[in-house]
Amino acid sequence: MTGFLLRRLLGIAGTLLVICALTFAVFYLLPSDPAAQFCGKDCSADRIVMVRQQMGLDDPLIVQFGRYVLGIFAGQTLGSGQYAVHCGFPCFGYSFQSGQPVWDLMLDRLPASASLALGAAVLWLLLGLSAGLLSALRRNTWVDRTVMVATIGIAALPVYFTAMLLLYVVVTVLGLMPYPRYIAFGEDPVGWIRNLILPWITLALTFAAIYARMTRNSVIETMAEPYVRTARAKGLRERRVVGRHGLRPALTPVATMLGMDLGGLLAGALITESLFSLPGVGKLFADSLNKADQPVIMGITLLASFFIVTSNLVVDLVYAWIDPRARLT
Amino acid sequence: MSLLEVRGLAVEFDTAEGPVRAVRGIDFTVERGRTLGIVGESGSGKSVTSLAVMGLHRGAAVTGSVRFDGTELIGAPEESVRRLRGRRIAMVFQDALTALHPYFTIGDQIAEAYREHHGGSRKAARARAVEVLGDVGIPDPARRAREHPHQFSGGMRQRAMIALALSCEPDLIIADEPTTALDVTVQAQVLDLLAGQQQARGLGLVLITHDLGVIARIADEVLVMYGGSAAEQAPADRLFTAPRHPYTRGLLDSLPRLDAPEGEPLRAIPGSPPSPLAPPPGCAFHPRCAVYAEHGSPLCTADRPLLRLVAEGHRNACALDEVTTG
Repeated sequence: MTGFLLRRLLGIAGTLLVICALTFAVFYLLPSDPAAQFCGKDCSADRIVMVRQQMGLDDPLIVQFGRYVLGIFAGQTLGSGQYAVHCGFPCFGYSFQSGQPVWDLMLDRLPASASLALGAAVLWLLLGLSAGLLSALRRNTWVDRTVMVATIGIAALPVYFTAMLLLYVVVTVLGLMPYPRYIAFGEDPVGWIRNLILPWITLALTFAAIYARMTRNSVIETMAEPYVRTARAKGLRERRVVGRHGLRPALTPVATMLGMDLGGLLAGALITESLFSLPGVGKLFADSLNKADQPVIMGITLLASFFIVTSNLVVDLVYAWIDPRARLT
Repeated sequence: MSLLEVRGLAVEFDTAEGPVRAVRGIDFTVERGRTLGIVGESGSGKSVTSLAVMGLHRGAAVTGSVRFDGTELIGAPEESVRRLRGRRIAMVFQDALTALHPYFTIGDQIAEAYREHHGGSRKAARARAVEVLGDVGIPDPARRAREHPHQFSGGMRQRAMIALALSCEPDLIIADEPTTALDVTVQAQVLDLLAGQQQARGLGLVLITHDLGVIARIADEVLVMYGGSAAEQAPADRLFTAPRHPYTRGLLDSLPRLDAPEGEPLRAIPGSPPSPLAPPPGCAFHPRCAVYAEHGSPLCTADRPLLRLVAEGHRNACALDEVTTG
């Protein structure tokens, strides 16, 4: 178990390093000059040269990369003399746009993204699992067919269409609530829910449809397993046969998928956040892309990769905990 | 009153290719303390029969009569049949690795059945699980009860499956190919265990198998099935010494013999089992039947032959019975 964890953590570190290097290389190949970006519009040629020096952009790429990676763990001092700025652990550099530390920017935006992702996950699990289970247990009836047709339709809806439709109907036509704006949970929990409900629905619908179909297939498959027949032959009540013997194995692949999806969403749901102007990591990423704000893009890419590889590990651990046959090697 | 009395049992289910009559009206009786062997090839309807008796064949139309200890089970409310399952009629399935739940410990799975029918504390149910595991010869049962099925060897797993069946002190055990997934040496041990427990507890036992060796070892009565119908029914010793149906003879002839002359090839029944979707007209066996090939009679293709009494306790479903024995 310890060996397994060690190996996996090493693997994670390696993966992140490779992703970091690739992102770094991509920016080096881009035609835009970070120094000019950082310096601003009315910048003289002399000043650009100075900024280049300060930022260490004249050094070889490998040195810059080394400095970047080392900086994440040990912090780094940028510039020299009177211009020296120390950037403490974990240092992802400073935004070209705002001059703020990337880490602080991301930390600032994380609560909104986490709120969106976790709330939406609760919603899509409730919807997806119940629809999928209902469909599986009423297989080939009109209930099943209705659910399956509905899920195909919903899964095909683009997020921006759902968002616009919801906003138009709920806010403009029905006037049920003002245009949502993000309120932190700590400030006003009720306001947090009220303002996030439309983004949650928007994000959850597609997932709910996919989860419903997956749950249905998984439950149908599991209920045909010999061990479910054994449970019936033992004389157990159908409720127990389904709930204890059928559902647990059926939900294992769903749990795996949930881990991956959540991992991906924690670092921001780009489109949904942008559509609702939620101050999340995804929105920050979209804005930074528009402005070619390299340090922020790098930081968020790494953060997202970190969440994804970590959730992968968590999924494996949970899987081993659910299924005693799984060996951690 | 017999423990289990099955009359005219038929099972039909709908498939995408059309209705399949998997079992076409069979009769048998099981007495307490006796063993009925049901033998046949895959697709002969023997497993479907066992599931139909338990009311576990989902989505199939089951007709006829299944009387257990005087109570009719076909058409009975699901709840009353459920109370019998596991409690008075228990099943032993073929492959214990897939038939036992991979997520729960062996002890849990046995205790769960016991608590369902007897109530009582978790602790008492656990104790009962350990007790029956010991009964079926699992060493160190208290420790093994805490293990999962994948930690058991094949033979031990099948013993655990038998322990599960015995845990609620049933009156009847239906064992569907209980030894097919096992090594030959382990097969013998498991069969002896099953027969021993059956004797000790005075249980009725229905043993479903394609293996005549297994039948010879522990069955009192034998029902030979072919294409969803009964071909022949006889006391075990009679069936082996004086088989009447050409199919039964073919089965016995195809057993490998140690005393066969050197170089003699193994014999097999030519052809393959009938398609359940489009069974041949008349006797389902006639396309493969050696007697039909020689003495071909329109009787064989006209109607499905019915079982007729040919000797005491011995029934044969062959229109050419006189030819074969004459």
